Amino acid sequence: MQDWLSPAEWEAVRLSLRVALWATLFSLPLGLAVAYALARWRFPGREVLNVVVHLPLIMPPVVTGYLLLLAFGIKGPIGGFLDSTLGFAFAFRWTGAALAAGVMAFPFMVRAVRLSIEAVDPKLEQAAATLGASGAWVFLTVTLPLILPGIIAGTVLTFAKGMGEFGATITFVSNIPGQTQTIPLAIDLLLETPGGEARAARLAGLSILMAAAALAFSEWMARRVAARVGGR
Amino acid sequence: MLEVRLSHSLGALSLDVAFEAPRGVTVLFGRSGSGKTTIVNAVAGLLRPESGRIAVGERVLCDTAQRLHLPPHRRRLGYIFQEGRLFPHLSVRQNLRYGQWFAPKGARPEDMARVVEMLGIGDLLARRPGALSGGEKSRVAIGRALLSAPRAILADEPLASLDEARKAEILPYLERLRDEVDIPILYVSHSASEVARLATTVVALEAGHVVAQGRAEEVLGDPAITPLGAREAGAVLAARVVRHHADGLTELDAGGAALWLPRVDRPEGADLRVRIAAHDVIVARGRPEGLSALNILPGRVQTLREGSGPGALLAVDTQAGRVLARITGRAAAALDLGPGAEVHMVIKAVAVAQADIGTAR
Repeated sequence: MQDWLSPAEWEAVRLSLRVALWATLFSLPLGLAVAYALARWRFPGREVLNVVVHLPLIMPPVVTGYLLLLAFGIKGPIGGFLDSTLGFAFAFRWTGAALAAGVMAFPFMVRAVRLSIEAVDPKLEQAAATLGASGAWVFLTVTLPLILPGIIAGTVLTFAKGMGEFGATITFVSNIPGQTQTIPLAIDLLLETPGGEARAARLAGLSILMAAAALAFSEWMARRVAARVGGR
Repeated sequence: MLEVRLSHSLGALSLDVAFEAPRGVTVLFGRSGSGKTTIVNAVAGLLRPESGRIAVGERVLCDTAQRLHLPPHRRRLGYIFQEGRLFPHLSVRQNLRYGQWFAPKGARPEDMARVVEMLGIGDLLARRPGALSGGEKSRVAIGRALLSAPRAILADEPLASLDEARKAEILPYLERLRDEVDIPILYVSHSASEVARLATTVVALEAGHVVAQGRAEEVLGDPAITPLGAREAGAVLAARVVRHHADGLTELDAGGAALWLPRVDRPEGADLRVRIAAHDVIVARGRPEGLSALNILPGRVQTLREGSGPGALLAVDTQAGRVLARITGRAAAALDLGPGAEVHMVIKAVAVAQADIGTAR
C-alpha cells in the first residue's frame, strides 16, 4: 500500500484534505451570513456584494489567483498587514492554498445556502415570533433546521471544490511540494515528468473516488434530513 | 380585556378603528378587504400601525404616542393562523411545546394534558405535521397557541381553508376554547354561521371602520348592520334542549317559547345558540292555520329597514328574542308592516342548518 503512492504523493493527499477542510470551515459561517443577507435583507450595496461573491465563479481562476497575490501577498495591503502585526502569512504556504480554495468555492456555498433560505416560508418564522421566540431563537429553531439540506449541499460542494482547486492556487501560492502541492497540482507536475503518467493516473483515480464518496455522503445526509424535515 | 385603537393606511384601505374585546370570543366580522387581518396583525405586532394604542389588561403592547411598539415575541399573544403554520421539522408534541418553552417562568401555562384532551390530539403527538389532515393541523395550531401562556388569543379565519365537514369538526373545539379559557379571543371571520356560533361580542367592520360593536345577539339582530349584505343576515337565539322526541325532532326552549328543530346532537338541558337566517323566515299578519311549518313565533315589529333593491329587512321582537326576516318591500307595504305591528314569524324546522347550531355556556 505504501508503494502504491510515493511519500510525496501521500503528502499531496494529506495536504489536499487539510486545505479543503480549512477552506470549508471558514466558508461555512461566512457563507451562511452572506447567503442570509442576500436572501433576506435589502441594503445598499447588495447587488455589489452579490457580484463580488460570484466573481470567482465567472473570472478565469488565474485572475482570481493573481488578485489574491496582489492583496494577500507579502507586499500586498492585507498580506503585508497580517505579516507585520500577527506574523501570519498566506503567500507560498498551505494557508494560502486554503484561502484560494475557500475563495473559489465560496460562490457554491452561498448559492446552495441562499436557495434554501429563499425556500423557507417567512410565515413560519413569524409564527415562531408570535410564540415568543426572539430573532436569534427563530433562526436557531426554525430557519436553521429547515435550511440544513442546503447547508449540507453547500458544505460538500465547497469541500469537493477545495480538494480540486488548481488555477487560483498555482497562481497564488505556486507548486511547492509539502506546502502548496495539493492533488491536482501533483497530477499536473507528474504529467510533465517523463514516465509519470501511471502515477498521475493513480492520483486521478483517487481524487475521483474521494469526490464520489463526498457526493454519496451528501446525498445520504440530504435524504435523512429531508425525511426529518418534511417527513411523517 | 383587549383594547385596540388604531389607524393605518394600506393600499386602498384606510383603517380607523377602536374597540374592546372582553373575555370570550370577539369576532371581527366583515367582508374580505374590510381590514380584519390588518387589525389582527397590528395587534400581534407583525405590522406597525401609523398611530394607535393596543393594550391587554394593564400591559400596553403598542402606543405610537409614546413610540412604544413591542416586537411580536414580547407580546405573548397566541396567534392561530389561517394556514396553521405548524413547524414541519418538529413533531406535534414539539410544536405544542414550542411556545411553552419561551413563556416566562412566572406565567402559568395551560396544562398540556388538559389541552391535548380538549382538542382530541392525544394520538397525534408523535407524528409530524406533514402526516396530519387539515382538520388535525387546525387543532394542533389551536393547541400550540394556547400552550404559549398567551395574554390573549388571535385567530385569523382558522377555518377558512377547511371544507364544511372539517369546519363542523373544529367548531366544537373552538366553542370549548371560548367556554373554558379565561382570556380574550379575537377572532376574524366572514362566515355568518361561525359568528353566530362563536361570538360573545361582535365588532362589525366595513371598509376599515367599525359600524357596530356589542353583544352578539344585539349586533346580529340589528337590521341596520349587515356587513356581508342582507342576504347573509340572521339573528341568533339562545335556547336550551328540552327533549328529544321519537320522530327525530328536538324540542328547544327559547325564552319560554318552544322551538322545534331536526335532531340536535346535544344532551337535554344543554344551552345552545341557534342562528335563524333572515331569508328562512316567513312573516304573517294573523296566526297562520294549516301550515306545515312547526315554528310560529308571535311578536311585534321593532324596525323595518328598506334596502336599495326590492328587499327589506324586518326585525321582530318575539318571546324567543329578536328575529330577523328578509322580505320584499312590496310585501311589507301590502301587510302594512311598520314599527309596532303585530306579526307571526314562521320558521321551517328543517331550514335551520346543523352548522348554524352551536353550544353556549
